Amino acid sequence: MSTETTQEARRQIEICNACRYCEGYCAVFPAITRQKAFADADITQLANLCHNCRGCYYACQYTKPHEFAINLPKILAEVRTDSWKDFAWPSGFARAYDKHGVGIAAAFVVCLIALIFIAGSVQSAADGEGFYAYMSHSIMVAIFAPAFVLPLLAMVISVRRYWAHVGGKDLSLKTLRRAMLDVAKMRNLGGGQDQGCNFEDEDRFTNARRTAHQLTMWGFLLCFVSTSSGTVLHYVFDMPAPYALFSLPKLFGVPGGLMLSGGTLWMIWLKLRADSDLSDARVRGGDMAFVVLLFAISSSGLLLYAATGTALVPYLLSFHLATVLALFLTLPYSKFVHGFYRLAALIRNAQNTG
Amino acid sequence: MTKPFDIIVVGGGNAALCAAIEAAETGARVLILEAAPKDYRGGNSRHTRNFRCMHDGPLSVLIDSYAEDEYFDDLMRVTKGNTDETLARMVIHDSQECLPWMEAHGVRFQPSLSGTLSLGRTNAFFLGGGKALVNAYYRTAQNLGVEVRYEAEVVHVGMAEGTFTHVALRDGKQIEGRALVIASGGFQADLDWLAEAWGPAARNFLIRGTPYNRGVVLRDMLDQGAGSVGDPTQCHAVAIDGRAPKFDGGIVTRLDCVPFSVVVNKHGQRFYDEGEDVWPKRYAIWGRLVAAQPDQVAYSIIDARSRDLFMPSVFPPIEADTLEGLCAKLGLPETALHTIEAFNAACTDGTFSPQELDGLATQNLTPPKTNWARQIATPPFYAYELRPGVTFTYLGLKVDDTARVQANGVQLSNVWAAGEIMAGSILGEGYLAGFGMTIGTVFGRIAGKEAAAHVN
Repeated sequence: MSTETTQEARRQIEICNACRYCEGYCAVFPAITRQKAFADADITQLANLCHNCRGCYYACQYTKPHEFAINLPKILAEVRTDSWKDFAWPSGFARAYDKHGVGIAAAFVVCLIALIFIAGSVQSAADGEGFYAYMSHSIMVAIFAPAFVLPLLAMVISVRRYWAHVGGKDLSLKTLRRAMLDVAKMRNLGGGQDQGCNFEDEDRFTNARRTAHQLTMWGFLLCFVSTSSGTVLHYVFDMPAPYALFSLPKLFGVPGGLMLSGGTLWMIWLKLRADSDLSDARVRGGDMAFVVLLFAISSSGLLLYAATGTALVPYLLSFHLATVLALFLTLPYSKFVHGFYRLAALIRNAQNTG
Repeated sequence: MTKPFDIIVVGGGNAALCAAIEAAETGARVLILEAAPKDYRGGNSRHTRNFRCMHDGPLSVLIDSYAEDEYFDDLMRVTKGNTDETLARMVIHDSQECLPWMEAHGVRFQPSLSGTLSLGRTNAFFLGGGKALVNAYYRTAQNLGVEVRYEAEVVHVGMAEGTFTHVALRDGKQIEGRALVIASGGFQADLDWLAEAWGPAARNFLIRGTPYNRGVVLRDMLDQGAGSVGDPTQCHAVAIDGRAPKFDGGIVTRLDCVPFSVVVNKHGQRFYDEGEDVWPKRYAIWGRLVAAQPDQVAYSIIDARSRDLFMPSVFPPIEADTLEGLCAKLGLPETALHTIEAFNAACTDGTFSPQELDGLATQNLTPPKTNWARQIATPPFYAYELRPGVTFTYLGLKVDDTARVQANGVQLSNVWAAGEIMAGSILGEGYLAGFGMTIGTVFGRIAGKEAAAHVN
């Protein structure tokens, strides 16, 4: 029951397997050479392993107008999106991928209106300090805990479906470690020799996209740690916000926010310069909206900190919380999922290489 | 008014780029005229994958050593002595110094690819293949100020009294220059020319590389009395998948199944020992063998046991559960079945060992199969159609050790040649993996430096 997209990917992968010139660029080609025939699940795995570094496209002697018409980055991107739709839970939300740019925007607007309304109507009841002067801690938790937990649950179910589909085995420390290292260094955007990838200027190798992605990923993780440390301080040590600059939430959050906003801004700039024919055209808007949303989250978070004590806080707070809420609500049906699937694919690949 | 070009380079592949880069580094104003559109730039270099390199000790990705004499012996073996020893030794010797130069100008190397371990000591593989090398050189050249024009096919080299003055393009334009480097490849894509040399059978040949190597400048220079080398009636051809595109099929159309198969022609008859030697050593003769068969076609037949013994081809094999069914699908006469029966009957017991000359030979069969002679008996049965695929031609311009071209017995004062168009001087016969790129790099650099010295 191969789809047309899977069938086309198979045709191209078989040509790659007869050529093998690109073996040194990334993990995809050594994975191809380990096989002679490619089942649908193999294609799905290869598609999720591909980081879209585009080295293979620019090095390929068989790209259009050649009749073999190879464009592996594009076809694998399409298979990838299709696979995310297939594994999405609940299945009814699968269609959200095609419109996730609109979805992100809509979620943001709805969240913003709702938060302003809630903040306004309960403001008198709030009696905390800092942010909590505008929205009480319990209301924030009441909104954000389910908005965080439910999408994460959906994501876990989806990735488990992927894992079963590609025949993943039990996790071992060794393969986990290898996959984590691949992610930490973003090795597969390194072109095989750390010269980087081809993105913003045709066949020129640069580390721009890799660095922008690293800033985004590590910035996001630092922000995540910041929030988590705040939660721990609040519940375990009974130390509610606001926090001073020399506190864990701020020490993680401020650099994280700077990295995330810088990384996303750079990524937007790079994406505008890249050849859009080497990715999945159906989700171009959604992918861009996702990066813009991350930028909005981090920049509004930083502004919020800078605006401490001013009259701007309630507006900035509503805006910031609305962006965060929109991110989490759309999480299982937006570009966000690529991180989870990519990690799973890297672990599966580590298992295959033994 | 813009300053005229110092050096015009005809061609856009490896040799042309090496020449352009060397010349531009001296400050000369260089123009590259590439006949192909940008998507197809790079001539046959875009299909290459490695560089055969002498080295006295470990060098970049190359292990151990590959000494000048061993390299030269390898060349003597494939050319059967049909080489110019002085030029050959110069190329071999200079290759060692070329590799770091290539790296410094953007080329990246990697250890040999899977399935090519036999070349790990002698050949440095390009990361991403030949097109990646070409891309890197174009970047380097353009950063040095070299101007590149695509779809700019040179049809005539204008000369006055042994001195180059201008080139004429297909579209009628003329461009003046003070020196000329010709690096426009061979003529293998001109089927009429091939047919002149080989007879009408050549029209059934497939051309493995670029359709833009039509030898237009080569013929123009020969017509103007340029000295030539190389046998005009010869080309290098290998047996490739008969379903390959007419042009530009490149690496993926090769087939490595012959040693494990029985090969018959369209009349169902065998014509050569399929198991004469390991495939890399016999790969090159099968183009010629198939070219000599009726309609220039042959069929390589294996059974299920041999299916996984060779690299996958880009086209799936033709498959059937019986030999009768397979022959019917291939359109072969009943004779083919008798041929296979006779072959099977001539097979003997012994150990089949695909990685080495196993000596498992047929008895009382003409022609014999002297290794890997195992019955074709386990279904399903598979077949590949074989046709000759032309890689390159040998006829070219005669040059001296400074890459300078001569005409009517005298050296031209300002014309140099590099790459496939002069490679016949050194590789007069046969084929040596990665040596074409070595000749192109060494002579491209020499031509660029000599031309620059002339204009500066």
